[in-house]
Amino acid sequence: MSASVLYDTPGPKATVRNRLYAVVGSLAILALLVLSFVRLSDKGHLAPEMWDIFNYAGIRQNIADAVIATLKAFGLAAIGSLILGVILAMGRLSDHKPVRWLATAFIELFRSIPLLITIYAIWVGFLTDYSMWALALGLSVYNGCVQAEVLRAGINSVPKGQGEAAYALGMSKTQVMVSVLIPQAVRAMLPTIISQLVVTLKDTSLGFIILYPELLQTARLIASNTQVNGQYPYVSTIIVIGAIYVGMCLLLSALATWIEKRGRRTSKGSGPGDAPETIGAPSRLRDNGSAV
Amino acid sequence: MNVLLDNFPEFRDGFIGTVSITAVSSVIALVLGVLVAGLRVSPVPPLRIFGTAWVTLLRNTPLTLLFLVSFFVVPEIFFPGMSPFLLGSLALGFYTSSFVCEAVRSGINTVPLGQAEAARSIGMTFSQTLRIVVLPQATRTVIPPLSSIFIALTKNSAIAGAFSVTELFGWQKLMSDRGYAIAPVFIWVALGYLVVTFAISGLFWLVERRMEVAR
Repeated sequence: MSASVLYDTPGPKATVRNRLYAVVGSLAILALLVLSFVRLSDKGHLAPEMWDIFNYAGIRQNIADAVIATLKAFGLAAIGSLILGVILAMGRLSDHKPVRWLATAFIELFRSIPLLITIYAIWVGFLTDYSMWALALGLSVYNGCVQAEVLRAGINSVPKGQGEAAYALGMSKTQVMVSVLIPQAVRAMLPTIISQLVVTLKDTSLGFIILYPELLQTARLIASNTQVNGQYPYVSTIIVIGAIYVGMCLLLSALATWIEKRGRRTSKGSGPGDAPETIGAPSRLRDNGSAV
Repeated sequence: MNVLLDNFPEFRDGFIGTVSITAVSSVIALVLGVLVAGLRVSPVPPLRIFGTAWVTLLRNTPLTLLFLVSFFVVPEIFFPGMSPFLLGSLALGFYTSSFVCEAVRSGINTVPLGQAEAARSIGMTFSQTLRIVVLPQATRTVIPPLSSIFIALTKNSAIAGAFSVTELFGWQKLMSDRGYAIAPVFIWVALGYLVVTFAISGLFWLVERRMEVAR
């Protein structure tokens, strides 16, 4: 929308100029790509032997195991963070002051500490021999805090009348939450929740640092244990593993976009489905969440 | 307590390292992010496509992978022998630039249509419209998301510590290798990061308040 507002429909002169920019720009990008390509092939990184290693059954098995390891850590972390998120969000909205304070302190503390620091401390401190659990626990704690904030924003974005009507019907607080507020909040925040799950998936790569054999760690092991033409195949391995990662994240992001579109289509009038699009706080949260 | 006092020089170096890598990569991210946002709204289709590809690719890549690319692939293509600090800031800056770009672009979208229309009707070109009219007004809405992006950047800088850049996570690793108990080390490192992130949010709070007065 803004793109068309920012400039006039190009006239003959501007069309020529735009074409010139297009050609120059594309040439510059192309030149950069070609330069990288040439330099890489000069150093022998694009030699067929470098890529042949992915035909070995052992290496394929390694990569398959690594994908499963990554998905396992992601699955555990996703479940853990969602459960923790619900608990913490309930805590923050509780009527009891100590519970509210405790939940707020927990969320603020772990949200502001780098995830890597938490994971490393858990790994060294408690779970040295169980790097998968250390990774999953660290991810759950951090992302649980973020999901709690997302859910809270969602619950606050549900129109007030919903809760009031439920109380007027004589529902208890738990009933109001479970059967009225949370379903609407989850529906409104589903895209944000999923984009935070994408962040969780990306962050499983931190397992690299605590030696959990997920994709990146496997990439490094493959690259440093195989020698081709007197060189280590870092470039080819990183490209292959990178493609797998980007593919997985894009799939999950696409799911988020699809759900967002679907939600917008089915919500009638001013349902809570399109609330986060207009309110500042949730969209800010989304920026915050996806930046991590 | 002893952990900090006994190893204070290393901690100080680590803290300075965290601050400087945050500062350098913030500048890279800001410059690149605004540039790419400009490309994404420009009238030239190939540049728009490039901008979109840039954001999509970088946003969906784990930062650790970018660090690997930056440390193992980039030196093979460009100048070999760059310092880990520079390579780390590049990876961090490029990664964050995609988020800055999205924030700036949504900021551009919040500027009332009339502004750009008025700028066009007095004959301004695209770059003039963007530079003189739209971007200055977008700044105000971009500041809050930028603040959280830069706080995230500070937290992400911990990954650089695992790639032999001197900073606070490196200190944590060093201390646990030296056999200190992890809990006090964790608390001190966390405090170090809290100081930096509070400083950033304080700074942005000040900027935001000044902008508010300007309205």
